[in-house]
Amino acid sequence: MTYVFQFGIVLDHFDRMLAGAWLTIRLAGLAMVLGLAVAVVCAYLRTAGPKPLRALVGAYVEAIRNTPLLIQLYVVFFSLPSLGVRMDANEAALVAMVINLGAYATEIVRAGVQSVPRGQIECGVALGLTRLQVYRLIVLFPALKAVFPALASQFILLLLGSSVVSAISANELTAISNTLQSTTFRAFEVYIIATIMYLAIAVAFRGLFAALYWYVFVRGRGR
Amino acid sequence: MRQFSTNEFLFILAAMQWTVVLSLLAFALGGALGGLVAVLRVSRLLPVRLLATGYVQLFQGTPLLMQLFLVYYGLGLFGLRLDAWTAVTVAYSCYAAAFLGEIWRGCIQAVPREQWEAAKAMSFTYLQQLRLIVIPQAVRIAIPPTVGFLVQLVKATAVASIIGFVELTRAGQLMTNATFQPTIVYPLVAALYFALCWPLSLWAQHLERRLRVDNAMGRKK
Repeated sequence: MTYVFQFGIVLDHFDRMLAGAWLTIRLAGLAMVLGLAVAVVCAYLRTAGPKPLRALVGAYVEAIRNTPLLIQLYVVFFSLPSLGVRMDANEAALVAMVINLGAYATEIVRAGVQSVPRGQIECGVALGLTRLQVYRLIVLFPALKAVFPALASQFILLLLGSSVVSAISANELTAISNTLQSTTFRAFEVYIIATIMYLAIAVAFRGLFAALYWYVFVRGRGR
Repeated sequence: MRQFSTNEFLFILAAMQWTVVLSLLAFALGGALGGLVAVLRVSRLLPVRLLATGYVQLFQGTPLLMQLFLVYYGLGLFGLRLDAWTAVTVAYSCYAAAFLGEIWRGCIQAVPREQWEAAKAMSFTYLQQLRLIVIPQAVRIAIPPTVGFLVQLVKATAVASIIGFVELTRAGQLMTNATFQPTIVYPLVAALYFALCWPLSLWAQHLERRLRVDNAMGRKK
């Protein structure tokens, strides 16, 4: 093999890669929070909403789960502007990621909601709580606890999937790597470092989720 | 400027075949490699297990796009001049192998321990236990999630467009550039993906439901 690895030239631009990684973390983190919010609302509508809304949420979930994130991204970034909705690349990336994650997480949260024993819901109704109160006060917490591992792995998939937003020039880690490899011509080194950074971010998020699970669902709830 | 008409539609439709071919190729090769990964993951030898686990962690913990770039640029370093087809096939097969291996490991481990023990009591060797007793039962459990993964794989092939591989998504981009009508093209491309994936999703759900019914009946007996 005649190739000589040169990581030095890439490490000179390491600060830019860190900036890109930071944007990846912020995009993914924000998309996780907003996507979960979408999912909590949609899971309620899907299980207890009026019939037309149930069907609508069902269609949303199926449409998103059966098309690639990349195409959703293109529709948001390229197709919507002609309908008057204009966003810059980073905003479009976030919107597409939230829409995407929202659909997957809706399906997961719904499974959690359906795993809550009927008796608990009937208890809530017997106590005179409204449907929304039953959902918010009784069902939601155990439902989220039950599906937390599935949610966490979906979040990680989204984090890794976020590398495709480089295709619309959102300047996150992958996009920065693309720029760097085209200026330094050290493609392999750049992408190896970017890959390791993604791996580190994914491991960090997994740790964060484990801590979050312990903090929210385990600590002080053993009574 | 071209208008979006039948010809443009046919161009996109023709490119869809490459999405299908790439998916099937990755599924076949990834399936073969994934079977190996699954068997190694349940091996009794710790180093073998660790190796297979490392492989799965590596490919499930990094973005597919990075894997594509690394294969595309990386194998070139070893003097292998790769065309887009080879690079993409290699990358997607490795990707599919990691996911399928992990799915199938779960299925192998879902086979009750007693089956292993019974086979051992009949003095089957380890490989015989695996091949004659455990795997035939695991396959039944494995079919629904495998079909489900096929949906994920079809969607994942869209990423290959980023490195210039012409399939459904790339054809959509080309037609957008020619007609400047992303409002028509991208929803259409999305609809074509949906047409590919939705039947598979429904099939997976159907298989899953049937398996659950079979299991429930089995327990009643």
